[in-house]
Amino acid sequence: MDSMHDLGGQQGFGKVVHSRDAPVFHAKWEVRANALYSLAVKNGVFNMDEYRHAIERMTPQHYLMASYYERSLTSLATLCVEKGLVTHEELAQLAGGGFALAMPSAPGRGNHAHRMAFVPGDHVRVRDEHVAGHVRMPGYIRGKRGVVISQSPAYPFPDAHAHGVLAEDESTYDVRFEATDLWPQGAEPAQVHVAVFESYLEAV
Amino acid sequence: MTTHTPPMASVEQRLDALQTVLHRQGMQPAEFIDTFDELAHEHWVPANGAGLIARAWSDPAFKKLLMTDGIAAVREAGLSMPLHHRHFVVLENTDQLHNVICCTLCSCTAFTIIGLPPDWYKDLAYRSRVVREARTVLREMGLDLPAQTHIRVWDTTADTRYMVMPQRPSGTEGLSVDQLAALISKDALIGVALI
Repeated sequence: MDSMHDLGGQQGFGKVVHSRDAPVFHAKWEVRANALYSLAVKNGVFNMDEYRHAIERMTPQHYLMASYYERSLTSLATLCVEKGLVTHEELAQLAGGGFALAMPSAPGRGNHAHRMAFVPGDHVRVRDEHVAGHVRMPGYIRGKRGVVISQSPAYPFPDAHAHGVLAEDESTYDVRFEATDLWPQGAEPAQVHVAVFESYLEAV
Repeated sequence: MTTHTPPMASVEQRLDALQTVLHRQGMQPAEFIDTFDELAHEHWVPANGAGLIARAWSDPAFKKLLMTDGIAAVREAGLSMPLHHRHFVVLENTDQLHNVICCTLCSCTAFTIIGLPPDWYKDLAYRSRVVREARTVLREMGLDLPAQTHIRVWDTTADTRYMVMPQRPSGTEGLSVDQLAALISKDALIGVALI
């Protein structure tokens, strides 16, 4: 889905606030947030693609205002409700206040009907598609051309795996793009490598 | 007619509620939080990745394994990665080429090897900007690369995981693997610093 999480190339966020030996966690509750969603994954309540997709389904306003670990806990809460572990009302009651969840999901999809294998050196184009459900194609490569550098082992196809849709595992290709092709007249020269699922690619 | 929306509960209160839900399911969340805390702070540390790099600098056969089959090298070194991380790619810096990793869609990392991502890696500014203006972002973060150095940015959009192999500093020929590893920071393994 085209949503706020798809940040690559967005402008106006200002300087990176960087410190040496920067901490992973700033408070004990952040450790708890990370631990609790990991525990739910470990127990098979949901998988990582469902987890990522529930973050993507947060309203843009909430996504931008929330810290990283508030996004984690919102995804966990949303999926606990959607999987029937608790109702939204009871969750709010337990929390003693409002409890914002992510928005409902659109349907997922299976592997692309015309997906094809590539080999290193192949020139490829990222399909010009807008997907309603979960997708791991950053918007900045949509419709863009690149070169296949290598192939990964097969992974669960996220567009299906986040929605309980049956699909074949598929490889990703390490595809090299030029930043100046991705954002003509709007990027500094660099090569940008993206791991692109087979279903997202077509031959040129 | 207006509807009344209660003020949002604090993050701690919301987590308490979620912990109660998981507890009712018999998942023993309190115990797992302690386990996770220890894993995150004691086991998933950048010293793991630093050790792999230092050994690769010192042992050409191990370097070959690390560069061609990262998962096998991780296992060989007695480390581990989660099963869903099926591919581990090590990116070697040279005089001509500098690599830097990111995750524009969320904040994926090889967390068992380089540690969970630092705060700035997860922030909106790094995620949005590094793919589009890497040289400026690196300079702002204190890494001013020579103009002739090419930059490659690696966006972690699937379950392939990356780690940068920094260049071995000159004058370190006599150092042991442990001494070399101590020179390598988490920032260097992400590619936002040299050593």
